[in-house]
Amino acid sequence: MLSALRSLWTVLRHTFRLRVTVQYPEKSVYLAPRYRGRIILSRDPDGQERCVACYLCAGVCPVDCISLQATEDESGRRYPEFFRINFSRCIFCGFCEEACPTCAIQLTPDIEMGEYKRTGLVYEKDDLLIDGPGKYQDYNFYRVAGVAIAGKDKGEAENEAPPEDVKTLLP
Amino acid sequence: MREIVIHLLIIGGVLGGTLTTASGLIWLERRLLALWQDRYGPNRVGPFGLFQPLADTIKIFTKEDWIPPFADKTVFVLAPGVIIVTVLMSFLVVPFAPGIWVADLNVGLLFFFGMSSLGAYSLILAGWASNSKYSLLGGLRAAAQTLSYEVFMGLSLMGVVMLTGSFSLRAIVEAQHDLWFCVSQFPGFVIFLIAGLAETHRLPFDMPEAESELVAGFHSEYSGMKFGMFFVGEYLGITLISALMVVFFFGGWQGPFLPPLVWFVGKTFLFICGFILLRAGLPRLRFDQLMAFGWKVLLPLTLLNLLVTGAIALLRT
Repeated sequence: MLSALRSLWTVLRHTFRLRVTVQYPEKSVYLAPRYRGRIILSRDPDGQERCVACYLCAGVCPVDCISLQATEDESGRRYPEFFRINFSRCIFCGFCEEACPTCAIQLTPDIEMGEYKRTGLVYEKDDLLIDGPGKYQDYNFYRVAGVAIAGKDKGEAENEAPPEDVKTLLP
Repeated sequence: MREIVIHLLIIGGVLGGTLTTASGLIWLERRLLALWQDRYGPNRVGPFGLFQPLADTIKIFTKEDWIPPFADKTVFVLAPGVIIVTVLMSFLVVPFAPGIWVADLNVGLLFFFGMSSLGAYSLILAGWASNSKYSLLGGLRAAAQTLSYEVFMGLSLMGVVMLTGSFSLRAIVEAQHDLWFCVSQFPGFVIFLIAGLAETHRLPFDMPEAESELVAGFHSEYSGMKFGMFFVGEYLGITLISALMVVFFFGGWQGPFLPPLVWFVGKTFLFICGFILLRAGLPRLRFDQLMAFGWKVLLPLTLLNLLVTGAIALLRT
């Protein structure tokens, strides 16, 4: 009986507690920068697409919601011809971000992507591509990779020695 | 003619007032429970979410009103009406303020008991007519609970009747002019509170419903507005028990400065909040605990209270 009265008193004291609910549309809850929300495609610091269309994200995706087609420009730089994510299937597991070798595909702390039509949830490359580098400000794949593209030949990348001449015997 | 009009106005006022209160209580309960659980509750529809019951009503009216094919159709339809009618009939004898009552019966208290006993039929019939195990179990529990708690609910008020010398609720209120009965009849008050909780099937005595054991107890098979009527009936019951608590033990409309009706409504409101607090704070009892507590603790206490009150009343005369 006494414990019942005590629990009633404890409950009553909660009248003056702060409420924990966040009044959502007016105030939004804090989402950490690494929160796994809407997926974007980022650009390198030079403003070019990071994605090299390696299909790793599409391969690792457990629900097969990513589809893309690789192509090359005249300088030999690979990029996706189209890049499509079906968000009605996406489970926001973040595997694509982990698989991506060029930090192109990234998950963002944005969860407000409700739609009235299902087809509205299929995002094309135009919808996915952002103007900035996202979470990795300075990373530029083609500047550190050994691939030759226009304006950068083999051996000219950062921390890269010029290629060895395999036909000479001189040390 | 004038008197008839006034009387009809009072009847309309009581009917409208109690029904509005009952549906408003749905909002109040959700808000208060939320407050005590550090949440907000419904606060979107209208100011402070006050129109939530209205929205709920519209929703529940547009829902499919389904009667299970295995149910006893006539009784199934009739049962929800019974609870509303009996509880509303009980409001007949409640004196809200001097002159504001529907009927001042000289057996008002007995009338209330009769009506609340009849109300038990609603749950039993609902449980029986649903033709489902969970509903029947809920109905059985309701029957046993109502029967046993009715006994000392009545006996706990006999002390009040003895001190007043009348069964009329108006006389009982007027007898508390000098001292409220919650002081002189404190055990009676506590027992009436507990029995009232059991009568309205509120937590911690909501065994007939017991969501975690019996799906939804006696109204498992009900949907749409029939379920809504059980719901409103329950809240009407809370309002009634709170109002009667005020009448029997807290001086009814009496109080300084403010008009009598305000006092009455204020006190009733306080008790309703108390009911909700009990729901927020206490877990449900086991059914055998409820029965044992009733017959082994409350009944002897009530009889003792009755004896002592009787002796004192005799000594005075």
